[in-house]
Amino acid sequence: MNWEDVVRESGKPMEWPYPVRYGVVNDVDVDVVVLGGGPGGCMAAISAAKKGCTVALLDKAYPKRSGGGSGFDHWLNTPNPASSITPEDCVEWEAVTYKGYSNSLSRYIAAREAYDTLIEIEKMGAKIRDLEDEFKGAPFRDEKTKFLFCYDYENRFQFRVWGATFKPAMFNECLRLGVKVFDRVVATSLLTEGGRQGARVVGATGINMRTGELYVFRAKATINAMSCHQTSWRFSTESIGLDMFKPNITGDGPAIMWRAGVELAQMERSRAAVPPGYEYPSYGTGNWWNTWHPATMVDANGKEVPYVDAKGNTVPVEERCKPKPGQKFIAERSRDPRYSKPAMPSDLAERIRKGEFVLPLYADLTSMPWYERKAIWGIMVGNEGRTKIPVLVNYEAAGFNSARDMLQNYFTVSGEPYPSMDATLALGPYRMEAFGNGGEVVVDWDLRTNLEGLYAVGDAILAGNYYYHACATGRYAGRKAAEYAAKLSGAPLIDGAQVENEKARVYAPTKRRPGKDWIDWKELRFAGARAMQNYCGGLRNEGLMKTGLKWVRDIKEEHYPEAYASNPHILLRVLETYNILTVDEVILQACMARKASSEVLGHFRQDYPEIDPPEWRKWVTIKQAGGETKIGELPLDFHGDLAGNYEAHNPDYKGYLKKKRS
Amino acid sequence: MKKRETQIDDPGQRCYAFPNKPTPSMPVVIDETKCTGCNKCVNICTTDVLVENPEKGKPPIILYPEECWYAGCCVGECPVPGALTMRHPLMMRVHYKNKETGEIKRV
Ligand SMILES: Cc1cc2nc3c(=O)[nH]c(=O)nc-3n(C[C@H](O)[C@H](O)[C@H](O)COP(=O)(O)OP(=O)(O)OC[C@H]3O[C@@H](n4cnc5c(N)ncnc54)[C@H](O)[C@@H]3O)c2cc1C
Ligand code: SF4
Ligand code: SF4
Repeated sequence: MNWEDVVRESGKPMEWPYPVRYGVVNDVDVDVVVLGGGPGGCMAAISAAKKGCTVALLDKAYPKRSGGGSGFDHWLNTPNPASSITPEDCVEWEAVTYKGYSNSLSRYIAAREAYDTLIEIEKMGAKIRDLEDEFKGAPFRDEKTKFLFCYDYENRFQFRVWGATFKPAMFNECLRLGVKVFDRVVATSLLTEGGRQGARVVGATGINMRTGELYVFRAKATINAMSCHQTSWRFSTESIGLDMFKPNITGDGPAIMWRAGVELAQMERSRAAVPPGYEYPSYGTGNWWNTWHPATMVDANGKEVPYVDAKGNTVPVEERCKPKPGQKFIAERSRDPRYSKPAMPSDLAERIRKGEFVLPLYADLTSMPWYERKAIWGIMVGNEGRTKIPVLVNYEAAGFNSARDMLQNYFTVSGEPYPSMDATLALGPYRMEAFGNGGEVVVDWDLRTNLEGLYAVGDAILAGNYYYHACATGRYAGRKAAEYAAKLSGAPLIDGAQVENEKARVYAPTKRRPGKDWIDWKELRFAGARAMQNYCGGLRNEGLMKTGLKWVRDIKEEHYPEAYASNPHILLRVLETYNILTVDEVILQACMARKASSEVLGHFRQDYPEIDPPEWRKWVTIKQAGGETKIGELPLDFHGDLAGNYEAHNPDYKGYLKKKRS
Repeated sequence: MKKRETQIDDPGQRCYAFPNKPTPSMPVVIDETKCTGCNKCVNICTTDVLVENPEKGKPPIILYPEECWYAGCCVGECPVPGALTMRHPLMMRVHYKNKETGEIKRV
């Protein structure tokens, strides 16, 4: 039933189904407030609660499935009893692959504690082992522990897991530990001492997206688990959810941080993407990367498209997850020959054009060994976030049989639509920001930000990415925040004027009536995306970006104040739009501050064409102080001595790796 | 001009001045003969596509279809088999081919 049916049945327009209570204010007093209840936020809440803190956890959705909650299939970078890989190795491949633009600090913390984290989540009820012996004898199974691995069957530090079981388990643990859960409460601002930008953080405000009530959280420590930003460039008014890589990530995190004076870095990073509306179901087409690796690919006539190694040699199916001589190990995301997995030939588009392979291509699991077929179609497709019901269940219900049928791939050589390996896209207007290792919050060895009392976890961290990283850094930051909170005597003071100002800002869209231009949030977001496409696209220069910044500010300052919210749901979308426009401003300023082109950052400037000149091998940082933008820089190796710093900050931590070392 | 038929089809039928629906307009379909109105799907929905029916015990209402994220969490949560199905919009339906017979079908 949709609202048309309601109207048809009742003869009346539908009233908002929840009580609307704009203006009602709820005060919540806790030791630790966690903003965002994805895997990172849930683990932070759990570990703070285990340390004896009172904890509030808020999320836009219900944390049982919110954020990366629908599932995932690979748990990366985890030294474990079946492997000889070290935390240093885990950090190394990313640093090499991203030419230093990977945050080795948070990656090291995560790799150090990833195994302990995984086992802890297993105890909460998640499935991480093949206890049923379904894969007995498969080359990626460790017969002793019953762990299953992917990508590198010899080095065994990337797990295949039943990721759809994780979030419900963590959420139950939150409830069991008495974490106060505020689902559908959306953080709108940080509260700071004296209401000053850049001062100690003393809590946060939020609104309920069904009732519109305001919440004021007073907390000794605050944790940003709101993930990264996305959708600055890609927006279509009608396929809004389809075009989102992650649900509910609309730049709230970085925009809220920005307003409070938190230091961000690498906000200029982005990569080419397909236009909105062109998506096929994620991992629901036959393909050869990530979830589907190492699926055999054939052309329309059944001719196999070979996997090749970095030297161009064909790699047969049994060898696709084994490092080549000279390779240290295979890492999932790496394209560096030292760690890359075999892939489709880089000149595939050319060979298709010349007629060697006939379109369309298909993924042919039927010809693969049983264990590969069952692992790809069953564990990987089945746990990857949008595949369990949408692909595994629905495709089988429609008649697809992985042992009999081949699934079509939508590779085309023109550059469109998805997924294209064609380089022409790289300079197109559509960009994507957050697909791993993006910009975000700078943190120290306590995962604390530049503001006292404020911590960050998971994808909210500078260059943060991946599920293992979210869980492990969440667990770590929860511990650190709890230790900090325990040192404070009384509850901090909230600045009344700061709350009043935020209240006025949040409710303003409900008090207006449709304005003179009749602009709503979708039109604002469309305009913001157009500004980013035109003035901050694949090729940039100072003048272009200046115009872009002016346009974004026009939209924000002239047109946003017209936007009207007719109910709490639409109010949330209006407020999100403000955050996206704010993030656009930050991105544009960061892009202007980096006066150099960079391959890794996907930042190409006509006025500074030299790619990655040595003097620009550093992060550009950006924050507000006294309402003014402050640009700074941070060395890529700001983490210093990894093992030494980790030990110094965690002398009492006991975990698997400590036991192994002693 | 002369009217050849004078009888109106469905004379009681009201025609409303509806605006266009957003696209895709029905990401999930509820079988109202099976749904118990428990609202578990509403509670789990990541983006509030679904809202509670103002009438208690009645099936939820798909209010913001264009915001659906298509992960099917709602279906996973529904306690009644077959009451709730998620459907990808038509332009996203993928083809597959029977390797032996070469027959091509669409999910
Ligand atoms: C489909 C999919 C598949 C993936 N597969 C893998 C995989 O196999 N392996 C892997 O390592 N990684 C995978 N990832 C990435 C992984 O899921 C993320 O790195 C991880 O979820 C990050 O966790 P997080 O807690 O930092 O952020 P998220 O999971 O994004 O959670 C952030 C939470 O904050 C909430 N939120 C946002 N703004 C607000 C606000 N203003 N107020 C309140 N709440 C707010 C959101 O609702 C969300 O629940 C996948 C991601 C997706 C989308
Ligand atoms: S598929 Fe996801 S977003 Fe869509 S209605 Fe179901 S729970 Fe909501
Ligand atoms: S969960 Fe299933 S039974 Fe319950 S309201 Fe939703 S569709 Fe109906």
